[in-house]
Amino acid sequence: MQRSVAIRSGLFILATLVALVYLTPTFISNLPSWWSEYLPADRIHLGLDLQGGSHLVLEVKVDKAIENNIERIKTDLINLLRERGISGVSVERVKGTQIEVKSPAANVERVRGLLKSDFANLEIIDTQTSGGTTDFFLTLSKEEMRSLRDYAVDQSLETIRNRIDQFGVSEPTIVREGQQEILIQLPGIQDPERAKEIIGKTALLEFKLVDDNANIEDAVRNPPPGDEVLYGRDGKTPYVLQARALMTGEYIIDARVRPGQQLQGPYVELILNARGARLFEQITAANVKRHLAIVLDNRVYSAPVIQERIGGGRASITGSFDIKEARDLAIILRAGALPAPVEIAEERTVGPSLGSDSIQQGIISFVVGSSLVIIFMIVYYKGAGVLADVALIFHILFLLAILAAFKAVLTLPGIAGIVLIAGMAVDANVLINERIREELRLGRSVRAAIEAGYERALPAIIDTNVTTFLSGVILFQFGTGPIKGFAVTLCVGILTTVVTAVYMTRIYYDWRMSTRKLEHISI
Amino acid sequence: MELIKPGTNIPFTKYRRVAVVISSVVNLAVLAVLFIKGPNLGVDFAGGTVVQLRFAQKVSIPDVRQALGQLGTGDTVIQDFGQQGSNEFLVRLEKTSVELGALGEQLRSSLTQRFGPKGFEIRRIESVGPKVGSELRQKGTWSIIAATIMMGIYIWFRFQLRFGVGAVIALIHDVLVTVGALMLAGYEFDLTILAALLTVVGYSVNDTVIVCDRVRENMRKVKRESLESIINTSINETLSRTIITTGTALLVLFALFLLGGGVIRPFAFALLVGFFSGVYSTIFIATPVVLLWEKGTRKRLIPEVRSQKPAVRDQKSEVRLRKSETK
Repeated sequence: MQRSVAIRSGLFILATLVALVYLTPTFISNLPSWWSEYLPADRIHLGLDLQGGSHLVLEVKVDKAIENNIERIKTDLINLLRERGISGVSVERVKGTQIEVKSPAANVERVRGLLKSDFANLEIIDTQTSGGTTDFFLTLSKEEMRSLRDYAVDQSLETIRNRIDQFGVSEPTIVREGQQEILIQLPGIQDPERAKEIIGKTALLEFKLVDDNANIEDAVRNPPPGDEVLYGRDGKTPYVLQARALMTGEYIIDARVRPGQQLQGPYVELILNARGARLFEQITAANVKRHLAIVLDNRVYSAPVIQERIGGGRASITGSFDIKEARDLAIILRAGALPAPVEIAEERTVGPSLGSDSIQQGIISFVVGSSLVIIFMIVYYKGAGVLADVALIFHILFLLAILAAFKAVLTLPGIAGIVLIAGMAVDANVLINERIREELRLGRSVRAAIEAGYERALPAIIDTNVTTFLSGVILFQFGTGPIKGFAVTLCVGILTTVVTAVYMTRIYYDWRMSTRKLEHISI
Repeated sequence: MELIKPGTNIPFTKYRRVAVVISSVVNLAVLAVLFIKGPNLGVDFAGGTVVQLRFAQKVSIPDVRQALGQLGTGDTVIQDFGQQGSNEFLVRLEKTSVELGALGEQLRSSLTQRFGPKGFEIRRIESVGPKVGSELRQKGTWSIIAATIMMGIYIWFRFQLRFGVGAVIALIHDVLVTVGALMLAGYEFDLTILAALLTVVGYSVNDTVIVCDRVRENMRKVKRESLESIINTSINETLSRTIITTGTALLVLFALFLLGGGVIRPFAFALLVGFFSGVYSTIFIATPVVLLWEKGTRKRLIPEVRSQKPAVRDQKSEVRLRKSETK
């Protein structure tokens, strides 16, 4: 008996020491350097609701990515038909993700052959022949679509990660969630609106020619074929542009902010790769004296006149930016375009002052709540109550240590969970103590009453904790950020209460019983 | 100290008919309101935006409304939030940052116009798209149903089917009472409320477990008595622990309710009501269900009870008990 008590107390002392080691970084801020070298140096992680920051869920519009892809295939198909001299064939994108090819009877076989040889990833889902023309309806295979969707989400994630890294946020979390969502957590961010601007921009950069022949007023009402009307950054100035983009931003390898001359604001200089440089040179050479519009996400940033052929792969975007805007623009151009537009499906932003208020309120209610419980237990159970209170304090120690050790995130509901668990932690002691009292009333010896108290209360203690634990698990499965924090404290707290309230208090009684004859118990 | 004196024998089971009638009426009323009017959904479930604002000076709700008027965001609800005199408000907008674009920026500029750049602070913005909202609503409802059924299965597995059924009905009662109280108090349903309801499910069943445990024990011990009297004795014998275990939880919940701040208050309220209801439903709902079941199948069930598996387990623990006594 004595040996078992010694072993069990030893284990508990060891566990306590380990717990203290894990908790030291949380409570002592300037630790010596040898500490972090050999010992755990992680503090308890605070959730965004406590330290302030932004939690964003972006939905990637993957269908748009597929439409873009179909549109590209359509363009390729048209070009190839022209190259091969197959005439009289019309190609349209229909129903979002289908391509309709209308071919006169004379060319049907050539078209079919071309589709088979050069567009093997397209499936012919329907063929209709009437009045000398044959209609092919084509679309991408299911697997192709799925991989396109996956690619769009993964690529968006990479691009966003790139942008956030350049924006400079410490310890951001950027993960894919579900089919088409991206979860972003930006702790301690000062200017969430600006971050959102940077993250959410598709950043599709296009170079388009201005249609100088078009009358703007007429075109706004009814754009000439092949043209489109886009507006400037103010959203008001209309530009009539040729709808076909001469070049897109895919050739950009770098983008930098350059100080403007004299009265002009800063501008963004683009550096293109070799292919882009060649293309840009061709475009500028062919269109000297015409206006070339620089379009970002369907907004015309500027439409300067091409003075001469521009070689060397450098282009610039001007447009009366302030320095912050220019820097943000450079970031998104460097990081590249998103393959599909994104939408903010969920946003939760907490300012730092609210976070620290919440922590303070959490601590106050914890202190008041657990003090009430501690006092009640002493008043009601006297000695046994003190024992339960000691167990409660150890439970809190272990709970916090486990949170620190497993890098769990403490949230506001999580703190509420810790407070709540303090009220539940003594439940096991109540069950044990009530049983001991009952056994004593039946006239059992103190020793037998304690033994019976623990033995007979145990099944109910286990059952009650299992049920609460189960609901915690379900909550964890379901919950998002802050709620997960609550579920975690609930589940971990239940484990630690069972250990401290049942096994730890038992060590005390066993020790008492092993050292002397226990004739009286304060309960 | 003893709250309930040993030997107390309140004839709880006698009142069960009255209690069942009252509880049924309350539950049906809650269900009716739920279906007719629906709960007051927060942004987590309904979609929309909620903004927590704090002003440097005393500001009235009409002031805030006027300042925000230029946003043109449709239906706007503004309420006081936080402690009195803290000049904090909660603004609920129907639309989300998806539709409004740079919502924070717009808010900031309209408030700056009226109160100056240092006159206010945007402390929190939560914006949930309608799609996410309806998804969460669905998943939330299912998680409560799943949890309740799981509790029933666990009790069935550990005790008997009829106790499991009794526990499930008691839990449905607790959830409905809590939901009703939340609607009466005018709290919005959001994710923290859902967490509270799930916790109510997990914790309220504890009292049922404690009573069931005792009923099982007493069934073995006292063989001549009717189930009703065994149940009544068991409720009385476990009454003080039922009250105290829940009571300590209620103590901390009071602290949370009063001191935990605006976000936690509805959560603490839901748990207070739910836990309280849990004690009531164990005594007046779960056990009548067991008794009702018994009435229908009296002859078959009573003898069966003695040869149930649980009895074997208890024998084992008795053996263990004797062993440790001889140590």
